[in-house]
Amino acid sequence: MHGFSVVLSPYTLMLMFVGVFLGIIVGVLPGLGGANGVAILLPLTFAMPPATAIVMLSCIYWGALFGGAITSILFNIPGEPWSVATTFDGYPMAQQGRAGEALTASFTSSFFGALCAVIMITFIAPAVANFALSFGPPEFFSVYFLTFCSFIGMGREKPAKIIVSMMIGFALAAVGIDIVTGQLRLTFGFTELLRGFNFLIAVIGLFGIGEILLSMEEGLSFTGKSAKISLRVVLETWRRLPRFWGTALRSMVIGCWLGVTPGGATPASFMAYGVAKRTSRDGDKFGTGQMEGVVAPEVANNAAGTSALLPMIALGIPGSPTAAVLLGGLMIWGLQPGPLLFKEQPDFVWGLIASMYLGNIATLILVLTCVPFFAAILRIPFSIIAPVIVVICAVGAYTVSNAQSDIWFMLVFGVVGYLFKKLDYPLAPLVLALVLGDMAESAFRQSMLMAQGDLRIFFSNWLVGGITGLALFALFWPLISGLLARLRAPKARGATT
Amino acid sequence: MRTRRILSCSAVMVAAAFAAAPAAAWEPSKPVEFVIPAGQGGGADQMARFTQGVTAKHSLMKQPVIPINKSGGAGAEGFLDVKASKGDDHKIIITLSNLFTTPLATGVPFNWKDLTPVAMLALDNFVLWVNSDTPYKSSKDYLAAAKKAGPGKFKMAGTGAKQEDQIITVAIEKAAGVKFTYVPFKGGGAVATQLVGNHVNSTVNNPIEAVAHWRSGKLRPLCVFEKARMPYKKKVTSTMAWNDIPTCREAGIPMDYLMLRGIFMPAGVSQDVVDFYIGYFKRVRGTAEWNNLMENGAFNQSFMTGKEYVNWVAAAENTHRELMRGAGFLAKK
Repeated sequence: MHGFSVVLSPYTLMLMFVGVFLGIIVGVLPGLGGANGVAILLPLTFAMPPATAIVMLSCIYWGALFGGAITSILFNIPGEPWSVATTFDGYPMAQQGRAGEALTASFTSSFFGALCAVIMITFIAPAVANFALSFGPPEFFSVYFLTFCSFIGMGREKPAKIIVSMMIGFALAAVGIDIVTGQLRLTFGFTELLRGFNFLIAVIGLFGIGEILLSMEEGLSFTGKSAKISLRVVLETWRRLPRFWGTALRSMVIGCWLGVTPGGATPASFMAYGVAKRTSRDGDKFGTGQMEGVVAPEVANNAAGTSALLPMIALGIPGSPTAAVLLGGLMIWGLQPGPLLFKEQPDFVWGLIASMYLGNIATLILVLTCVPFFAAILRIPFSIIAPVIVVICAVGAYTVSNAQSDIWFMLVFGVVGYLFKKLDYPLAPLVLALVLGDMAESAFRQSMLMAQGDLRIFFSNWLVGGITGLALFALFWPLISGLLARLRAPKARGATT
Repeated sequence: MRTRRILSCSAVMVAAAFAAAPAAAWEPSKPVEFVIPAGQGGGADQMARFTQGVTAKHSLMKQPVIPINKSGGAGAEGFLDVKASKGDDHKIIITLSNLFTTPLATGVPFNWKDLTPVAMLALDNFVLWVNSDTPYKSSKDYLAAAKKAGPGKFKMAGTGAKQEDQIITVAIEKAAGVKFTYVPFKGGGAVATQLVGNHVNSTVNNPIEAVAHWRSGKLRPLCVFEKARMPYKKKVTSTMAWNDIPTCREAGIPMDYLMLRGIFMPAGVSQDVVDFYIGYFKRVRGTAEWNNLMENGAFNQSFMTGKEYVNWVAAAENTHRELMRGAGFLAKK
């Protein structure tokens, strides 16, 4: 309660809305991620009291978490890495003229995920923080392994094509400095390749530019023109959402878990989508415009993004890149993150937690009222909107690391994305491997260093053993379920996929 | 450009001769790009963004400072960018030890001599930490235990590979006749957390990276890699101040290591531009906020410019080359 009195001053409330609004813009623009947005504004907050400053900065973060889904759904261009999984079903929905529904579902799910995470932070923060400490390299690797495994057999494409796509992703992830040996890999002497392939550049090119190339070929028309643009769509969607409570709960647990450990929002959204597809009754229809396929990743990524702040406050470990920047901010304001922060700076901590509640409510109101407006964007003729998208993509690619060469990489990725779609190769495994390949590799090699090459380290205690076991189970599930199906109905053939 | 510089140069001389007005010879005419050859949230990043903040708050410069992270290739991206911006008066870079270690370990073509040294802002300390659940009260106890356990049994976590943390680890190994398994992580925060979670046996974190865990009683400092104890006598925990941590020399490890937090510029800039930035950073260092930051992070507050700074950097480069040659970290030519 004390926290709300810190936040509920007109000045703070105003800054909260400013933060949310900026955050949504940051989330919509690909490339300009939450971490960039917060980093740019951080020094401006020096003149404010820390509690007010963190309210504004964290509201940028909430806004970005919500806003990332908008372009994913409307244009198949993920505004943030954690919205990639939202494109799988969100974009097909928009193509069917259901953009309003998809947006409403996405925003409402985001709010649900964030709310659950805040409640967790409010009541069981210390216990959860200790859980985060039990994660060493083997545990991290088992989590990444589980993400990959829960993603196997996702697409309708041939398994061989999925593997090819994933391997290309791993190869791209290996470019740049190798953190374990400190050597450069696969740079071939090009200084432009030193920083490796940023995941965002690949996503902007593969999805954004690739999609535009495809649309151009199909005759310059977007198929989302009949999008309903009245606020009634919000209420109608709300009536249908409670059906997905099971998926929402599972995704929420995944999100909170990965946010705290800190695996991050991106793996959380992929894993939640994979799990939802496995467990849903309509699982095989995923990818064709199922609302459930939007709910799962959006609940998970907001739950993860929000709970990522917990280890930051309680332990001083950033759970996400944005949290890392906020953490730097704490130190600049003269606050020391860590277990003592709750005792020494109650105003600050409870103000932040109160702002999590209010900030998320503010964001929800703001984005929901804008749903008709967002959906109406699809009515703009393609010949006008396409150049705008290309420019935004290019600006986004440039802002990732202020490098001209990234715009060229983006265009190359665009052509690759177009070819992939033409040849019926799935993009998602490539993206997944690119974003997690690096982290999974470091975690694996760190574990191997620690265990001196002994693979049993992945079963050395109940936690890591449990996760690894679960991952193996998920990996072989298609085979197991296929065998079961064959036992039950011997005549049904080819069910093993 | 050239004539203008000559003109402004002569203006300085005139001003100096009459000693009437302060020498405001050169001032930035557009925002100054502050390159950070490291990722967001790290020590160098914090210092650069802090500088941006105090500059805006106290109007220390007429133009704003814009920090830009170029962390690719262990910072090589940032250094190469500054190297390529010859004669750019509006670009500065903050360095960490990767100024030396990255070119030596990877062979990426740059050297500090490709840049113009401006000033040393501070030096960052390194402390040997263990988890406070372990029985080791001094570095002697700890190293004896590591020796007894056998080579490679004790794990040392650190930031990156073939960088400062691993160099210090190798130096400890040589001095004490032990062998650690070095496990590299991406950032200092993650390293400290791994030690709190008891996944590794020790770290050589910078004070600011580990201080929160020390204060909450999770970590114990054993010794600092400095010639003399850190000067900060204010209590950090209920019983100890930074000053109470013995030096590793006292504890029998003849090793000291400090990390440069210094400012460089592109080559080919004139002396009055450099002088402007020296004056500017003196103003930054004069703020109360800077003093707080220094005390919180237990920094060594050395400040150097000009010849003295160049000599320090040259000596530091030699030290790094020797340490890295001894450890077998040099890139094969």
